[in-house]
Amino acid sequence: MSTPAPSLNPAPVVVAVGLSKRFGVTKALSDVSLCVFPGEVRALVGRNGAGKSTLVSILAGMTAPDSGSIHFSGISAPPTHARELWQSKVACVYQHPKIIPTLSCAENLFLHEIMRGRGLISWKAMRRAAREHFDRWGLTIDGDALAGTLNMGQRQLLEIARAVRQGSRFLILDEPTAKLDGKEVDRLLTHIRELKALGVGIVFVSHHLDEVFDISQTVTVLRDGKKMLDRAIAGLAKGELIEAMVGDASAGGVLAGARAAIHPRVARLKVSRLSCPGSFENVSFEVQAGECVGIAGLAGSGKEAIGEVLAGLKLAEAGTMLLDGIHLPGGNVSWHNRAGIGFVPQDRHREGLVLGMSVADNATMAVPDQLGKAGFISPSAVARATRHIIQELDIKTAGPGEIVSSLSGGNQQKVVLARALARDPAALVLINPTCGVDVASRIALFRAIIRVASRGAAVLLISDDLEELEICHRIWVLRSRHLTREFVPPWVARDLVAEMEGMAA
Amino acid sequence: MSSNALNPAARKPYLHLFKVMPSSVALIPVLVLLLIVGSVANDAFLLPANLLTILQQSSIIALLVLAESLVLIAGKFDLSLESTVGLAPMIGGWLVTTAAIGGSGWMVNPYLAIGVTLLVGILIGAFNGFLIVKLGLNAFIVTLSMLILLRGVTLGMASGKTLYDLPPEFTYLGSAVWFGVPASIWICGTFFAVGTFLMRYHRFGRAIYAIGGNPEAARAAGIRVERVTWIVFVVASLLAALAGLLLSGRLGAITAQQGGNMIFTTFAAAVIGGISLNGGKGSLAGALLGVLLLGVVTNILTLSQIASFWIDAAFGAIILIALSVVRLTGGARSQS
Repeated sequence: MSTPAPSLNPAPVVVAVGLSKRFGVTKALSDVSLCVFPGEVRALVGRNGAGKSTLVSILAGMTAPDSGSIHFSGISAPPTHARELWQSKVACVYQHPKIIPTLSCAENLFLHEIMRGRGLISWKAMRRAAREHFDRWGLTIDGDALAGTLNMGQRQLLEIARAVRQGSRFLILDEPTAKLDGKEVDRLLTHIRELKALGVGIVFVSHHLDEVFDISQTVTVLRDGKKMLDRAIAGLAKGELIEAMVGDASAGGVLAGARAAIHPRVARLKVSRLSCPGSFENVSFEVQAGECVGIAGLAGSGKEAIGEVLAGLKLAEAGTMLLDGIHLPGGNVSWHNRAGIGFVPQDRHREGLVLGMSVADNATMAVPDQLGKAGFISPSAVARATRHIIQELDIKTAGPGEIVSSLSGGNQQKVVLARALARDPAALVLINPTCGVDVASRIALFRAIIRVASRGAAVLLISDDLEELEICHRIWVLRSRHLTREFVPPWVARDLVAEMEGMAA
Repeated sequence: MSSNALNPAARKPYLHLFKVMPSSVALIPVLVLLLIVGSVANDAFLLPANLLTILQQSSIIALLVLAESLVLIAGKFDLSLESTVGLAPMIGGWLVTTAAIGGSGWMVNPYLAIGVTLLVGILIGAFNGFLIVKLGLNAFIVTLSMLILLRGVTLGMASGKTLYDLPPEFTYLGSAVWFGVPASIWICGTFFAVGTFLMRYHRFGRAIYAIGGNPEAARAAGIRVERVTWIVFVVASLLAALAGLLLSGRLGAITAQQGGNMIFTTFAAAVIGGISLNGGKGSLAGALLGVLLLGVVTNILTLSQIASFWIDAAFGAIILIALSVVRLTGGARSQS
C-alpha cells in the first residue's frame, strides 16, 4: 500500500489550528492542531477523557470550539449550525451506526436525496443506484433488506458508503471497530484502504493500537485535552505511543498507596470457572477480607458482566460463586443482596438511581425489610438510616427528602454507593464507581470504599480507569473474554494499558 | 466532560413557588373556585343532598381512577378496566337471575356470585399481566384488545339485553346507606385512604414508584419488577370488578354497556390529578382531587341545564382547561 506523497496533493482535506474547548471548569481541549492530507489515515488515540470525543465533535460540526479555526480543502469551515454544509465537507461514522433500522438499506443510502427531492420516489431507480453503489464497493448488502437486519459490521459499511457517496473527502471514523469481531474488522480495514487509495482523508479513532499501526500513516495522541504526540507511524515504537497516552498517571493519583490492610487467608468471595456467553469465559479469582481486587479491561471487553453476574442481574452459563462459603444461585438480585453482595452498577442514571425519587428512597431501596415490619416502612427508620449514610459518605444534600436529580453528579454517585452499603455488605462489587464525578467526590467515594474494605469486606473494583485501580491490591486484566494477566503493586501503568489493549509493550 | 450536562440545575425561574408543591395541592384552589362558581350558578348546588350525589357518582369512577393510577405509576397502561366494569358483574348477575330475563336460571347463592364477580376481575388482570409482563407485549395494545374483547363477551352473554331483578344481597353494597352516607362512598374513601398509606409507607408502594421511575434501577436494587407489575394489573382489574359491582347495585340492573366510555374520564381525572403518563410520578390523593374536580364540573353542567347535546363538548373543553391550569401551576410537563 503506497502512501500518496503530500506534495502531490498540496491542499489538506482538513486543517485545524489551535482548537480549544471548555466545559464549565473542565478544559476539554486546549490548543490542539491537526492536519490530514488526501489519502492519509491519521489515527487519533488517547485514554478515556483525553479529549478525543470533543475533538471529533468539533471536527464534525456538532460543537463550536471556543477558539481556533478549521479549513476544509483550503476553504474556511461553515458555521456550526449549518448542518447541511458541514455534511458536505465531512462525514462522521460513529461507534453506534446512525442508520434507521426500519427502512431498507437503499433508503438509508439515499435518505438525504429522498428528503430533499421533489415529486414521487422512484423505487426502481433508487434500487438500481443502490445496487451499483454496493457493487462498486464490493459490499454484499441487499438494497431491499431492512437496515435493522444487518449485522454491526455491515451497518458500519453501509454508513461509510453513505458518507462517501455524499461526496465528502474527509471522513471521521469514531471507534468503528469497537463492536466488531475479528473478521469484520479485517473487512472494514480493507475498505478503509480502498477509500485511502481514492484520496479520501481519514481520521481514525481507536482504542486498539494494533489496528492503528496496521492502517494509519500518522498519529495524534491526546492526553488531558492536550496534544502529546504528532508524528508518522513509521519508526514509532509502541512503547513510545503508550507512554504518550498514559504519561505518569500513577504518580499524580490522589489515592496512590491508600490501600486497606488485608486480613490474610480469609477468602470471602470465591469465583470459579464462571462463564457468561458473549462476555467472559472461565473466569476464576478470589477476594480476601479487606482486599480490593481490580478487574481491568477496555470498553466492550465484557468486564461489566462479571459484576452484573455477581450482583444477580445476569445469569452465568457455568461456574460457581461462593460468598463466605455460601453458594450464590445467580439471577436473583434480592437474594444476592441479602447474602451480602453490595453492588454499584455501571451507569448511575440507567441502573443506579430512580432520579425522580428522594435521596432516602434511593439509598434504602434495596433494604425495605430493615425499615419496619411486614413490609411497612417507618419514615423515622428511613430518615435515621439515610441521615447516617449522608453523614458517613458526606453527601451534599438539603436532606433525606431531596429529589436525587437535583444533586450534583458526584453526590448522586454517593447515593448509589449508599444503596450498595445499606446492608453492610460482605462483598462490595463496583463498576466504574467514580466515572464522571469531580475530584472531591472521587476522594470521598474512595475513602468510603477503603473504609468498607478495612472493616473486612471483600471489594471487587471493575474499571478501565487507572486512577481508580490505584487502590487495588491486585488487578486482573480481562481481554478477549479471559483473565489474561495478574498485576501486583507496584505495577507500571504502561504495562497495564498494554495488556488491556492486547499488545506486548 | 459529561458531569455538567448531567446536572439538571437549570430550571424555569417563573412560578418557582409552585414548584415545591405537589401538583395535587395546586388542584385545591381550582376545586374551591368551581365550588364558588357552582353555588353562584345554582342555589341547589351546595345542598348536602346534591354534594352527596356528586360524591356518590364520583365514587365508582374514583375506584377506576385508583386502579388506573396504580398502573400508570408503575409505568404501564390499562384501557380494559371499563370493560371489566361491565363483564365482571354481568357474569355474577347472570348466575343469580332467571333464564326468562336472560340469566342462567341457576339462581346461585348471591354471595358466591359476588365472589365470582371479583374473581373474574382477578383473572382478567392476571391475563393482562401475563401478556404484558411474561410475553412482553405492549400494554397499550394488549389492553385495547382486551377492552374490545371483554365488551364483546359482555354483549354476547346478555344478547344485548339488560339483567334486572337482582337479589338484594348482590345489590347491597351499591345501594346501602351507612350513617346517612351511601356505602359506596365509604368503600371508596377507605380504599383511597388505605391505598395512599400503602403507596407511601409500604415497600410494595415504593416498589411501584421505583419501577415506574426507572425499571433498570429498580431491578438492580433487588425489586422483582415483573412480579410487582403483574400484581398491579391484578389489583387494578379487581378494583374495576368491585366498581362494576357497586355500579350494578346502585342501578339495580346490569346493562351490556355498563362501564362504557368510563376509561376516558378515568384517564382525564388521573392526569389532571398529577399522575404522570410516563410512570413514577403522582399521588393517589391528587388523583382523587382530579375525580372530584370532574364530578363537580359534571354536576354544575347538569344543574345549569345546558342542553345535553353540548355537555360532552363542554366536558372535553374543561378537561383541557384543567390540564393547562395544573401544568401552569407546577405540574410536570409531559416528557413524550
